[in-house]
Amino acid sequence: MLRFENVGMRYGVGPEVLRDVSFALAPGSFHFLTGSSGAGKTTLLKLMYLALRPTRGLVHVFGQDSSMTPRTELPDLRQKIGVVFQDFRLINHLTAVENVALPLRVGGAKHVDVDSHVRELLSWVGLGERLDARPSTLSGGQQQRVAIARAVINRPRLLLADEPTGNVDDRIAVRLMHLFEELNKTGTTVVIATHNNALVEKFGYPILNLADGELTIRGKLDSKGAS
Amino acid sequence: MFNQHSDLPFERDQSTRFLPWIVALMVFLGTLMFAAALLVSDAVNNWDTTLTGRMTIQVPEYEKSTDDTQKLAEALQATKGVSSVRIIPDAEARALLIPWLGEGVVGSGLPVPSLIDIEIVPGSKIDPVLLQERLAEIVPHVAVDDHRSWLSALITLARSAEILAFAILALIASAAVLAVIFTTRSGLAVHASVIELLHQMGARDAYIASQFQIQALMLALRGGLVGATAATIIMLFFGWIGRGIESAFLPTLSLSLMEWLLLLLVPAGAIVIAMLTARLVVLRALERMP
Repeated sequence: MLRFENVGMRYGVGPEVLRDVSFALAPGSFHFLTGSSGAGKTTLLKLMYLALRPTRGLVHVFGQDSSMTPRTELPDLRQKIGVVFQDFRLINHLTAVENVALPLRVGGAKHVDVDSHVRELLSWVGLGERLDARPSTLSGGQQQRVAIARAVINRPRLLLADEPTGNVDDRIAVRLMHLFEELNKTGTTVVIATHNNALVEKFGYPILNLADGELTIRGKLDSKGAS
Repeated sequence: MFNQHSDLPFERDQSTRFLPWIVALMVFLGTLMFAAALLVSDAVNNWDTTLTGRMTIQVPEYEKSTDDTQKLAEALQATKGVSSVRIIPDAEARALLIPWLGEGVVGSGLPVPSLIDIEIVPGSKIDPVLLQERLAEIVPHVAVDDHRSWLSALITLARSAEILAFAILALIASAAVLAVIFTTRSGLAVHASVIELLHQMGARDAYIASQFQIQALMLALRGGLVGATAATIIMLFFGWIGRGIESAFLPTLSLSLMEWLLLLLVPAGAIVIAMLTARLVVLRALERMP
């Protein structure tokens, strides 16, 4: 599913922000990505969702070497990856429904095929009353749920979430984690970057921990449950 | 649901507000320039067919006699390449002088040469010098007036003006391309975060480029309509002013239906140029993304 081999990453001529990172995630696995601020979590996620190419080493996504894959084939790989950004990145002039439908639209789906599906998902994350609201009129927690709905709407094979529970209360956080677990049960590999230790302990999935650009692994990476 | 919207919030992009006005100006100037080129082209063609296809033979007043004129006409009729010969009546010849000498010239005793007008078969070439030498055997001081000799310089000038008009049209198109490039690049910078998001979601370059292309289409369409309408009003106005002018040498200030349709190529071209330019600029910029 996802394999890193001795990956190093630096921006320009700066120092390496990731050093010799190696791991492999099995299809359908569930992981937390932890580490202090500046440890390289976002860079690691960017390499996973193909926004960056490594300075050295190999990144295999869905069995393809990201550095060797022709640029024209990368969109197909990206469409199989759902991403929840820390800053949500919702498009302000689109409604909640339109934002969530965006990955389907990018994938070429007709709106009649997705309309009810999108509304159903938004209702499930508790935004049934705010379907046509613009992001600027939503609270931080509501925006986050729209961002999560957008990331999972097309049932991605790999879901990457950067602090997805950072702006919601514990009850909603647990509910969102259950949404990720539901998705995971259907075969989606999930990686959640978080600072929320309580959540990590509560759910007990394997941990990829970054410290000063180096990765350590806690728990079995081919396991779906706790180590 | 979402089909009415572009993914990119173009309506908030300040730089796009000027593009319709720039396109309107370009289309306005381009349409007038193209119309001028068509009018000059019409005039040149008219001169070419009506004046270069004929010659005039003059018999000096002191040598003219009905018999000699008739002999000349017969000789001309027998000349290869001459399609028709017409002896211009004395009254008609005098009438040609009225614009310069007034009505009194008709009944006056002013010496006026005999004129014979000949039409030449299209594509035929008659050497005026040789023809004059042959006719001089009948009437010694006969003169052959070949309009081509003085008209060719005028036609060359008109053709040069025509080429200049098309060159200016090309310059206007180039300026339009630069305006679209600037606007599109500005749009790419303004909407970089949304473009990055779409790119990350797996949007193909063509998907993103098509949004800029449609935006360019809408802006250029608006500008093109304004520019073409303004140019049409100006041309109709000048056509109305010039309706009384009648001269064999001045171009008529009216266009045929086909020429009006040809003028539509200017706004249509501006729209196509805007769309293609926007698309190419975006595709080129996106190539730099991983």
